[in-house]
Amino acid sequence: MTPLQLCLLLSSGLFCIGLMGALARSSTILVLLGIELMLNAANLNFIAFWRFGPSPAPANGMIFVLFSIAVAAAEAAVGLALIIAVYRHQKTIRLQESSTLKG
Amino acid sequence: MTAALLLIAVVILGAAAAAMLRRNLIHSALLLILSWAGVAAFYLWAGAEFVAFAQVLVYVGAISMVVLFAVLLTRQNHVGDLLVEPGTRARATTAVTVGACMAAVLSAAVMASRFPPPADHAPVTSVRLIGLQLMRQHGAALLIVGVILTVALLGATVLAATEGKPDPEDTP
Amino acid sequence: MNPAAQNHFLERAPLELRDWFVNFFPDPLQWLVHHLITIVAVLAIFGLFFAFTTVAERKLLARVQNRLGPNRAGLPKFSFLPWHLAHKLWGLTQPFADAVKAITKEDIVPAAADKALHFLAPVIVVAFSLMGFAVLPFGRQYLPVDLDAALLYFFAAGSATELAIFMAGWSSRNKYSLLSAMRALAQLISYELPLILSVVPIVLVTGTLSTRAIVLQQGFWHPGFVTLPHWFVFTPWGFAGFIIFLIAALAESNRSPFDLPEAESELIAGHLTEYSGFKYALFFMAEYFGLTALSGLGVTLFLGGWQAPFPLLEVVPSYLWFMGKLILMIVFFIWVRGTLLRLRIDQLTRLSWQFLVPLALLNVGNAAFWVLSAHWAGPLQLVRWALSLAIVIVPFVVMGRSLTAGYAPRTYRYAP
Repeated sequence: MTPLQLCLLLSSGLFCIGLMGALARSSTILVLLGIELMLNAANLNFIAFWRFGPSPAPANGMIFVLFSIAVAAAEAAVGLALIIAVYRHQKTIRLQESSTLKG
Repeated sequence: MTAALLLIAVVILGAAAAAMLRRNLIHSALLLILSWAGVAAFYLWAGAEFVAFAQVLVYVGAISMVVLFAVLLTRQNHVGDLLVEPGTRARATTAVTVGACMAAVLSAAVMASRFPPPADHAPVTSVRLIGLQLMRQHGAALLIVGVILTVALLGATVLAATEGKPDPEDTP
Repeated sequence: MNPAAQNHFLERAPLELRDWFVNFFPDPLQWLVHHLITIVAVLAIFGLFFAFTTVAERKLLARVQNRLGPNRAGLPKFSFLPWHLAHKLWGLTQPFADAVKAITKEDIVPAAADKALHFLAPVIVVAFSLMGFAVLPFGRQYLPVDLDAALLYFFAAGSATELAIFMAGWSSRNKYSLLSAMRALAQLISYELPLILSVVPIVLVTGTLSTRAIVLQQGFWHPGFVTLPHWFVFTPWGFAGFIIFLIAALAESNRSPFDLPEAESELIAGHLTEYSGFKYALFFMAEYFGLTALSGLGVTLFLGGWQAPFPLLEVVPSYLWFMGKLILMIVFFIWVRGTLLRLRIDQLTRLSWQFLVPLALLNVGNAAFWVLSAHWAGPLQLVRWALSLAIVIVPFVVMGRSLTAGYAPRTYRYAP
């Protein structure tokens, strides 16, 4: 079990924890937190390969992660603003309550 | 080296699992922040200091604030103090099953793959090198990310701003 | 630069002392002892600095307010001595008396409070405030950790303290603490942007994030026959950046005129309402450590760090120059505290977003112009300075006038 495989197992574990959280919980904020965990797991993957693998340019992995962090920040801000806007209408953040468009 | 990695892994996975299981939303958010700090520790262990500091600055310093503000602004006062039910049993079992299958597939893929021999130390990077690469090869992407961030934050501000007519009780 | 003057005995003495001590230990442990000594030295020196800052602040504020400060605390009377010290040492042992009081006070935790978070909040805020000291170059060879991305590390450590303030406010289960914590957070995140933007011109001009390299670039330059210090505060963009940095540093450490989160007339003690005894002292300590770290960063980036202003004065060791400039900045902050009135939360956020952020952005452009026009020769240098000054002064005047339009002119009334 090389250190690279340990790192990849760590990032897979974090991804699956995020996935389980995003699917199981009924609070919108917790779903968003699960998605953030999945993004972080992907970043862990990038840095693991940057550290252990051969890379054509020395800083490619780090630059990818920097962009990923920036985009995750933007996505978290927009997601939480949406949650606040929905809360203003429904006074609740349970996912199951947002069923007005249900057939 | 591996001992440090195992300790960091325990912190990251433990905090993330606890965050997803707690009923109290604020405790979930704070445990998740601990998990993000653990991820920053992993980056430091791997030798990517710039990314580690950026992770702390952005996630622990900024996104955590946004999450906590959102939790506080969407509190339901009739449900006792931020308790959130974990949802129905069916949904929980489905989620765990899906997660477990995903974990199995990913672990099998990781263990079965053959990787090139690992490098002894991290690639030598300096902040200057990262800056030059960002500006030269990835200049367009940098500008686009800037535009994305600006547009996203303007949109978030517009979405979350208080709307419409003031309450008649507000004016004296 | 005279190497003999730079490396004389006083300059090297603390380093020699440390090396002599480290040599007592076996080889594998030496790096650990080396770093432990650095950590203990930083903690001890800045702990004492914090103690004397509190007494200096109380005395200076008192003098500004036309009264004496604390001058009763002296040394204890030792009954076994045939004589006792009649002199009270000007009240300089006041901080130690305060420390004893804070430690022995009863630690009251509200019954409904979240015990773990209530305990963790002061610990986290002190820990992250102290972490900022690791990248400040205190002297020529006195940098605790030489990081390539030192400035990013400093701001990352500072941004984690905001989390602790939220934890303090929320764990007290007090509506007013929570409200005050959210206001404090709004203030902190509003002023993080001018703080970081005022530092970006420095990074642009020096091309590095490392504090060691930034101080090294502020050495001496020779226009003509004189030797002048190359400190960034003496350039137009550096001066504007320094002013913005000062204002943002005051706001980041919750200090007057931005001390709305902890003013006694506002929401009791704000997010610290439910803290007493040692935990309150820890928050207090963290605020002063944050202020000292930010002042140290200001000295490093703008005032030349450990560089002496003239080559003749290099006989004074570099760490004394750093400490002297740091003391100057802290005295300036105390002076501002005694002079200016407290701002309301909406005035504060308006100042940040509508005034400081545009000025800081223009300052970045100013620094870019400065770098691009560095090769202009002869009389064009005067044009360069004039244009740079214009980019600083004109937006300041225009925006200042437009933002204060409609306010009545200030009238002063003095007691007869």
